Amino acid sequence: MATQHSRSAARLMMAPAVILLLGWMLVPLTMTLYFSFKKYLPMRGDSLERGLDWVGFENYSRFLNSSSFWPSVQATLLIVGGVLVITVVLGVLLAILLDQPIWGQGIVRILIIAPFFVMPTVSALVWKNMFMDPVNGMFAHLWRFFGAEPVSWLSDASVQSIIMIVSWQWLPFATLILLTAIQSLDSEQIEAAEMDGASVLSRFFYIVLPHLSRAITIVILIQTIFLLSIFAEIFVTTGGAFGTRTLTYLIFQRVVDSQNIGLGSAGGVYAIILANIVAIFLMRIVGKNLDR
Amino acid sequence: MARAVSTRRKVMTTALAWAIGLLIFFPIYWTILTSFKTEAQAINNPPLFFGFDWTLENYSVVQERSDYMRFLWNSVIIAGGSTALGILVAVPAAWSMAFVPSRRTKDILLWMLSTKMLPAVGVLYPISLIFVEFNLLDTRIGLILVLMLINLPIIVWMLYTYFREIPGEILEAARMDGAGLREEILYVLTPMAIPGIASTVLLNVILAWNEAFWTLNLTAANAGPLTAFIASYSSPEGLFYAKLSAASTMAIAPILILGWFSQKQLVRGLTFGAVK
Repeated sequence: MATQHSRSAARLMMAPAVILLLGWMLVPLTMTLYFSFKKYLPMRGDSLERGLDWVGFENYSRFLNSSSFWPSVQATLLIVGGVLVITVVLGVLLAILLDQPIWGQGIVRILIIAPFFVMPTVSALVWKNMFMDPVNGMFAHLWRFFGAEPVSWLSDASVQSIIMIVSWQWLPFATLILLTAIQSLDSEQIEAAEMDGASVLSRFFYIVLPHLSRAITIVILIQTIFLLSIFAEIFVTTGGAFGTRTLTYLIFQRVVDSQNIGLGSAGGVYAIILANIVAIFLMRIVGKNLDR
Repeated sequence: MARAVSTRRKVMTTALAWAIGLLIFFPIYWTILTSFKTEAQAINNPPLFFGFDWTLENYSVVQERSDYMRFLWNSVIIAGGSTALGILVAVPAAWSMAFVPSRRTKDILLWMLSTKMLPAVGVLYPISLIFVEFNLLDTRIGLILVLMLINLPIIVWMLYTYFREIPGEILEAARMDGAGLREEILYVLTPMAIPGIASTVLLNVILAWNEAFWTLNLTAANAGPLTAFIASYSSPEGLFYAKLSAASTMAIAPILILGWFSQKQLVRGLTFGAVK
């Protein structure tokens, strides 16, 4: 049993990490909260030294009522939702495929996981230029080869293009986690079902999918948190144009481009609330796992 | 008898898996291939898969024009520094939570995790302000600190899940044999903890290397790592595919190699031990 002595030693050992994270969370959060109730336009002469005007909830209502708010919500939902559907569905199928006996399984797994290690700016720029460019991109060559008119992907099908790029980055993550989960499935169970004459589809829906449900939930939650804040992929491709301005990007533009700190901070508070709603569900699952 | 169909089925699943694997890997392969072409060959229609003159020119041009080595060095310092600092802070914390758990351990762990969920854009301005105040803007030490803080929850969690697997009985056995606290830590626990720490380091170097919100927003010419360097190619002049490819290849190669060693740790680290 832990003694009083080791308890206080333990507390001391934890202190640096706890204090650092507490500071990292509280200081900027308090500042964002503070600015969100102020009129703060540094370009128009507002400054911290001279004091900022209190405007109550004006920034909050202006953020919600601005003409770019709802389109940004729509873009966020489309991109996050699209990527989730693609990565989870393909991830489940790929995990099942990789779980079969195949030659060179290790190498195939490496090939499939590789995109996850490519930094976001590289993958976005490679896709933008070498694949989606309407003149010299690979897709343009392919389209011309089949006698079709090349598509200006990032302006005419911008949201789909972003979904495609981000899905390519996150499919490995989903596949890897689902593969790990599927490998813990008892193969005798499948064989028993097979002997009893269960078809491939019913084996999938009654055995494999229920077994994967927890892993799928975790993939969805973790990806949602990361996807809500994708930034570089939009920054270097469309710069938020053509309907790809997500909530994150809108806040970024309010703060950095239009230098409206009050408005951007109010948006930031909304983003924080949104992320926390998702986080609560994730924490429940992770927390339950801790008890075991 | 159990698997009479196996050979034929195995051939088919193998073919399918390889086809999909190659398709997913293709953009990376194509980038590497293009980096060895001339600019004219890089945009050739039809695309050239072979029959071009291999050249290393792009690599030297990228280095000369933009001082690639400096960005690479920044990436190494920032990813390495933030990981080292994070480990230094996290090891004692994870250690005490794994070996001297209290009623609050679970809450502390979950709270740490919740700081990771904070959307970066929500605190962009405060952090920039603090950076300006302390002259940290566009410095490596500033980025080391920020990346250390954003990855600290993952480091603590990963270490915690590894440390918790070290059986307590082994400590009792050591004590019975007359080992003091110092020997216990030095000869019993450390060797058992090293693999876990190594995996944690690996995953965090990867995460820090690829981080692309703070590195883009808090650096300029001075401390910019490779993520920022590559982003400067988004508004190019003239023919640049081969050079973009060369720069990209150099930026991702080290992490691709590290990444292949870290598949297992990736699952554990990024699901906070919820999937093993």
